[in-house]
Amino acid sequence: MLIASNDRFQPWLDPTATPQLRIENVVKTFDDFTAVDDVSLNIYRGEFFSLLGGSGCGKTTLLRMMAGFATPDKGRIFIEDTDLVPLPPYERPLNMMFQSYALFPHMTVEKNIAFGLKRDGMPKDEIAERVAKVLDLVQLSQFAARKPSQLSGGQRQRVALARSLVKRPKVLLLDEPLSALDKKLREATQYELVTIQQQVGITFIMVTHDQEEAMTMSTRIAVMDKGKLVQLGTPAEIYEYPQNRFVAGFIGSVNMFDGPLRENHADYAVVDCPAWGGPIEVGRGIGYGLGHLTTLAVRPEKIQLAKLDQPFAPVNRATARVKDMAYLGNSYVYHVVLESGQVLKVTTPNMGLAPEQQMRRDEEVQIGWDPSACIVVEP
Amino acid sequence: MIGKALQGRGVLRVMMVLVMVFLYAPIVSIVVYSFNESQLVTVWSHFSTKWYVALLHDDQILDAARISLEVALSAASGSLVMGTLAGYILTRFTRFKGRTLFSGMVMAPLVMPEIIMGISLLLLFVGMEQIFGWPERDLQTIVIAHITFSTAFVAVVVQSRLRDIDVSVEEAAMDLGARPVDVFFLVTLPLMVPALVSGWLLAFSLSLDDLVITAFVSGPGSTTLPMVIFSKVRLGLNPEINALATLIILLVGLASGIGAFKTAFKPAAKAAG
Repeated sequence: MLIASNDRFQPWLDPTATPQLRIENVVKTFDDFTAVDDVSLNIYRGEFFSLLGGSGCGKTTLLRMMAGFATPDKGRIFIEDTDLVPLPPYERPLNMMFQSYALFPHMTVEKNIAFGLKRDGMPKDEIAERVAKVLDLVQLSQFAARKPSQLSGGQRQRVALARSLVKRPKVLLLDEPLSALDKKLREATQYELVTIQQQVGITFIMVTHDQEEAMTMSTRIAVMDKGKLVQLGTPAEIYEYPQNRFVAGFIGSVNMFDGPLRENHADYAVVDCPAWGGPIEVGRGIGYGLGHLTTLAVRPEKIQLAKLDQPFAPVNRATARVKDMAYLGNSYVYHVVLESGQVLKVTTPNMGLAPEQQMRRDEEVQIGWDPSACIVVEP
Repeated sequence: MIGKALQGRGVLRVMMVLVMVFLYAPIVSIVVYSFNESQLVTVWSHFSTKWYVALLHDDQILDAARISLEVALSAASGSLVMGTLAGYILTRFTRFKGRTLFSGMVMAPLVMPEIIMGISLLLLFVGMEQIFGWPERDLQTIVIAHITFSTAFVAVVVQSRLRDIDVSVEEAAMDLGARPVDVFFLVTLPLMVPALVSGWLLAFSLSLDDLVITAFVSGPGSTTLPMVIFSKVRLGLNPEINALATLIILLVGLASGIGAFKTAFKPAAKAAG
C-alpha cells in the first residue's frame, strides 16, 4: 500500500483514457464446471493489476486465457486493438511468469533469458546487451553462467522474472509469483517487484490468493469468486467498502450483523440488530426501503474496547465479556462475547498499557464503534 | 535396526559374499574356462588362448555376431523413434478418442508371452508374403519383430521421464515465442535425453538377447548370435562359446564401467563449472 497508493496514478477514473487490455464477457467451461463466468475487465497501461480469489475461483484460468493456453468459449480479449483469442501463445505480445518459474533446467541463466530473444531472430550482440541489462535489473549478473539447479529459490524467481521481462512485452502476466518464497523473502520481494514494475513501465497482471500481497502491490484488485468478478477497485476501496459478505470476509477479517432497517436518513441510518442487542447507527444513508434485512460489517481494528469504569464515547455501545485474547507483538486480538452469544473479533494496537489497564480473560468490558466504522454489505 | 544388529555380527557381510558368489561364480568360471586348452568344456587341462584364435576363424559365429549387431542397431533405433512418439502422445495428449485402447496396445508386448508374439508375427509375415509378396523372412522381419516388442519398453521409459518434466516448462517456451516444433526440439527433447539413451540401450540389449521371437521370424541366412549359440549348445558345448562369452562380458563391463565413471564424475564437473 505504501507504494501503490502514494502516486496519483488512476487512469481508470479518466473517461478519455483507453484501456490497454480489454476482457469482454469471457466465459470458460470445463465439462459442466464454469471456471470463468462472463468476466469483463479493462486494464490500463502501467497498472499493477491483481486477480484475487481462493483456489478454483477462475483467476488462473482467466490468466491462462490471456496468455493463450486456454481458449474462451465466449467473449473476446483485446490488447490495444488486437484480438488475442485467435493468436497462439507464441504470437501474443505478452509474456508470463509461471508459478513454478518453469526455467529450462538444461540451460544457463543467460541462455534461459536469451531464449525468447533468439526466437525473434534478434542479432547476437543485441541479445547479449539486453540480457546483461535485465540481469543487472534483477541483480543476478554474477550468476549468468549458472544452471537453475545451482540457484536458491529467490534467485530462480528473479531469473523467471528477468526471462519474462526481457522481451519487453506489452503486458506481463504473473501467476502467483511469490508463493514459493518463504515469508520474509516474500515481503521483501513484494516491494522489489513493484519497484521493478515502475522502472520498466510494463503493465503487470498478477494472480494471487494472498489478499495481503494484493493489497501491498496493486493499483487495482479484481476479487473473483466461483468464476465471477465480485468486486473491482483499489486496495483501499475494496477494504473499506466491500460490496458483499464474500469480499468483506475474504479481504481481512470482519464482524457481521443482520437486521431490519429501522430509520433511513440522508447522512445516517439505524438498523435493528438482535445479535448486537439493539439498534446500530450507520454513518450514511442506505439505498434500501425501511424494514429491509440489512447486513452490516465492522472491521476488528475499528472496534474499541474499554474497561467498565473508563469513560467511553462511541455511539454504538454495549458490554461484552472477553473470551480469548492473543498477543501478537504489535497488537492484541480479542474474542469477545456479546450478551446474545455472538463472538466478535477485535484487534487493538499494542500501546504499552500498564498491566492494570489491560483487559483480562473473562472480564466484562465496554465495546463500541462510531457510525462511520460500519459498512453495509450485500448478503 | 535389524540391519544394524546383523551387520555387527558380520551376517550381512557373509550374506553379501554368498549372493555375489551365486551371481558371479558362473561368469568367472566361463572366463576361466575360455583359456582352457581342453576340447571338453568341463575338464581343465592347461592355459591356452587357442579358442580365441579358433573363434576369430569361425565364420559362422562372426557372421552371426555381425547380423545380431546390425539387427540390434536398427531395432533399437527404430523402436526409439516409435517408442518416443508413443510415450510423448501418452503423456502430453491426455484426452483423445481411443486413448485407453492405444495405451493398452502400446504396452501389450510387455506382458505378452514371447512365444505367442513369435507365432503371431510369423503368421502375419507368412500371410503378408502370400498376399503382397513382402516381406521375405530375413533380417528385415527380425528387425520388424524386435521393434514391435522393444517399442513398448522405450515408451515406458520415455513416458516416466516425460511425466517428471513440468508441462509449464514447455508452456514457458511457447510463451517466449517458440513454435510447437521448436518447443519439442529445443526444450522437450534435450530434457528427454537421459530417457532416450536408456531406452535405446534397453532396446539394443533386448534385441541382442532375443532368441524365441527371432527363431520364429528368421529365415535361412539370417541367423543371429543367440540362435547360433543355442544350436551349438544342443550339439555339445564348445569352448569357443566360452571365449565368445568372455569377449561379450568384457564389452559389457567396459561399457557399464564408462557409464558409471561418467555419472560419478559429472556432479563434480558441474560444481566446478
